[in-house]
Amino acid sequence: MNKVPNNKAWWLVLPVFILVAFSALIPLMTVVNYSVQDIFGPGQAYFVGTEWFEEVLGNERLQASLGRQFLFSAAVLFIQIPLGIGIALMMPTTGKRASLCLILLAIPLLIPWNVVGTIWQIFGRGDIGLFGWGLNQLGVDYNYTANTGDAWATVLLMDVWHWTPLVALLCYSGLRAIPEAFYQAAEIDRASRWAIFRYIQLPRLKSVLVIAVLLRFMDSFMIYTEPFVLTGGGPGSSTTFLSQTLTTMAIGQFDIGRAAAFSLIYFLIVLLVSWLFFTAITHLDKQK
Amino acid sequence: MNMNKRKGFGITAYIILLMLPIYWLLNMSFKTNQEILGQLTFFPQNFTLANYATIFTDPSWYSGYINSMIYVSINVVITLLVALPAAYAFSRYKFVGDKHLFFWLLSNRMAPPAVFLLPFFQLYSSIGLFDTHIAVALAHCLFNVPLAVWILEGFISGVPKEYDEMAYIDGYSFPKFFVKIFIPMIRSGIGVAAFFAFMFSWVELLLARTLTSVDAQPIGAIMTRTMGASGIDWGVLAAAGVLTILPGLLVVWFVRNHIATGFALGRV
Amino acid sequence: MAEIQLKSLAHSYSKNPSGPEDYAIRQMSHVWHNGGAYALLGPSGCGKSTMLNIISGLLQPSEGEVLFDNVKVNELSPKDRNIAQVFQFPVVYDSMTVFDNLAFPLRNAGMPKARINAKVEEIAAILELDNVLHNKAKNLTADEKQKVSMGRGLVRDDVSAILFDEPLTVIDPQLKWRLRRKLKQIHEQFNITMVYVTHDQLEASTFADKIAVMYDGQIVQFGTPRELFENPNHTFVGYFIGSPGMNLIPVQRTETGVEFDNIPLIIHPDLLRHIDASTSSNIKIGIRPEFVYLSNTPSDDTYECQVNYIEDLGTYQIVALELGSRSLLARIDEDQMIEGDTVYIGFPRQWLKLYIDEFLVEGVAE
Repeated sequence: MNKVPNNKAWWLVLPVFILVAFSALIPLMTVVNYSVQDIFGPGQAYFVGTEWFEEVLGNERLQASLGRQFLFSAAVLFIQIPLGIGIALMMPTTGKRASLCLILLAIPLLIPWNVVGTIWQIFGRGDIGLFGWGLNQLGVDYNYTANTGDAWATVLLMDVWHWTPLVALLCYSGLRAIPEAFYQAAEIDRASRWAIFRYIQLPRLKSVLVIAVLLRFMDSFMIYTEPFVLTGGGPGSSTTFLSQTLTTMAIGQFDIGRAAAFSLIYFLIVLLVSWLFFTAITHLDKQK
Repeated sequence: MNMNKRKGFGITAYIILLMLPIYWLLNMSFKTNQEILGQLTFFPQNFTLANYATIFTDPSWYSGYINSMIYVSINVVITLLVALPAAYAFSRYKFVGDKHLFFWLLSNRMAPPAVFLLPFFQLYSSIGLFDTHIAVALAHCLFNVPLAVWILEGFISGVPKEYDEMAYIDGYSFPKFFVKIFIPMIRSGIGVAAFFAFMFSWVELLLARTLTSVDAQPIGAIMTRTMGASGIDWGVLAAAGVLTILPGLLVVWFVRNHIATGFALGRV
Repeated sequence: MAEIQLKSLAHSYSKNPSGPEDYAIRQMSHVWHNGGAYALLGPSGCGKSTMLNIISGLLQPSEGEVLFDNVKVNELSPKDRNIAQVFQFPVVYDSMTVFDNLAFPLRNAGMPKARINAKVEEIAAILELDNVLHNKAKNLTADEKQKVSMGRGLVRDDVSAILFDEPLTVIDPQLKWRLRRKLKQIHEQFNITMVYVTHDQLEASTFADKIAVMYDGQIVQFGTPRELFENPNHTFVGYFIGSPGMNLIPVQRTETGVEFDNIPLIIHPDLLRHIDASTSSNIKIGIRPEFVYLSNTPSDDTYECQVNYIEDLGTYQIVALELGSRSLLARIDEDQMIEGDTVYIGFPRQWLKLYIDEFLVEGVAE
């Protein structure tokens, strides 16, 4: 669409600008301010330069947390994106069954995150949860509060349960936007099921997949509430991810300088990785 | 049609698995704690509504739901009010710094809420908004407004500019045109934006819990109370959980016919 | 290559059709012979595309049979029918290059690489796509895209038939003519059965040896362009073919012949017997504007007639006339002069057609 140059349009975006500036810029400035000072109490602060940053970057506990975080986000993407595409392909396209499918699929997305944690906390328990009980009945020695592997599996399974529907719904909308004529032409061209997917559906899903990958990366990278309720970060610190480490540091230990430096690095990592994903995927398109 | 049968089977199996944890929560919410802890049963043997009664009779329980509803509603209203004109501007006009502004807005969606915990707490405390509904609503605007601007921009770009010009020729003033003609035209877009705003505000807990203590405490924070001295009150916890699912179900029922277009976010 | 036979075919898009108006195709039978170049001509909404989709297998007919070389193919998918179809609006796989687009149907059939290359280059040359062969299909112009769409059908020389669904709608006139010639050329070269759907009679008659005219879900006439012009089987064919279409006038039976607005017409006694044998009151006479006899002087079998206006179209003139309360058109040579407001017209007997219930009656009735 041809846009008209008009600087008066600023008046229309001003409310948004003020609102977001108020809730983003001021806090962010505060964080930057804290990150370069050592604060002992009101009025007692000393400029320390990049000391906090150096410390945070060298902190082994944080490095371990960062490592876990990347592993978790990678696992989330590897499982949820293909699974979500698969589910979208299986969904009925018309009629009452389609609406029912959509509603049921959307339910996990609308459950408060702490309740998602609670649901799986209950569901996975060996004594009162169907899932944990069922596994134990099958002879699997499963206990997510004691066993690191089980805890990881449960957190992952919970996230897959919680968020795969988002990927599926995004892909489903993408698939609905493909005109029927493409499928007809492909059928006439004797394309196999795989060729239809590879050459017709997948290329047209690209824009929604960009959104899906970005959303899933960002949200899994910032995950806090669900694992906090489910495992509390344990056993040990095996399921403690970045947000929880940061929250403990900032609110629990009131270690403000270090937490602020950590916050900025955290934010930058999300921005950087999101940008990398975005450019990588859009670049893929321009080549060839 | 063998293929379709296989698909139907696959999707049915997936949906059953998806519903299983929710079924279990529902099942548990109708049981007594004795039954829950006694023996695993697939249906409540002694069906009881006592857990729900506890929640509906105790103000410290049900006020949590009311608080959550209030700040979610405020958030949805604020989000739509500011996002609509901005989305229109981004869609129709070129202005100084428009692209940077747009990306800056979106980048806020990438900010981990944990990063803003402390500064938010201090900011809202210092201006006397701590423990108010408006504080939570404003905090949630941080990620809902950028998203709403983005979604609405997509929908508005789908409306040909000729409509705007026609309205000017017909002598409409801008505000009148916007309210009388334009808003009805992007109804479904507004519905979708409201849906997403509701969704993210309703499910968020970290900020909501940090910015409140008593008066505006969300249901999510109250649920942690079930861990009392005598252990966890599983039945009430399950019932509280079920009750948090219902508003979402209601909202999704209203937008059920727009979900497919909604998740395309106005583009694709 | 195959002979395509449609046996008592009917199709309705509704599950429980309640009457003939629910049918997109009303019960009909038809044969497309092997190797012919056919056109399926009709106005939009007459069921042309439906029929094409039934032949190709994209649509399952609700009644009747589709036979390829006397083998019933109703249950077969387009893939197994081995049929090519080109759609009205270009469908290109936009993530692929033009080459890959053209090679796609061949690769799907597992053709060896060398043959694919040769075949694609051959078709690309015919369609003048060679200079964009390695571009992404996404960035092509609308008519290049349509050429690619057509190319995907044409690369397959082993197909039972190629079906074209108004393939030139989006193409500009200059190129339209060239592409039609190319299709004709390809038809002559490979001798594949081709069915070409269009609503443009000129397009139909330049492409096809035989034209099927479709109206209201039925093929009302199947013949050469000349047959359609000289002997329209149905009032619709008369009206739809020719420019302008046939003059059609409702008439009543009288003692000696037929009349309208108290103007008596003398028609062949054999035709009168048809009218007497029929109980219908829906009787029309039809005559093509080209065959209306026009003179400045009266004679025995002419009628005095008022001239409303004359339209000069260069190589010919259209004369709008009024006879009784009826408007008639006549088409005359550019050099024939009309003087004054009154002319005398006649209806040569061999060109005056009689239609009962919209269908032509000819010869002697039993």
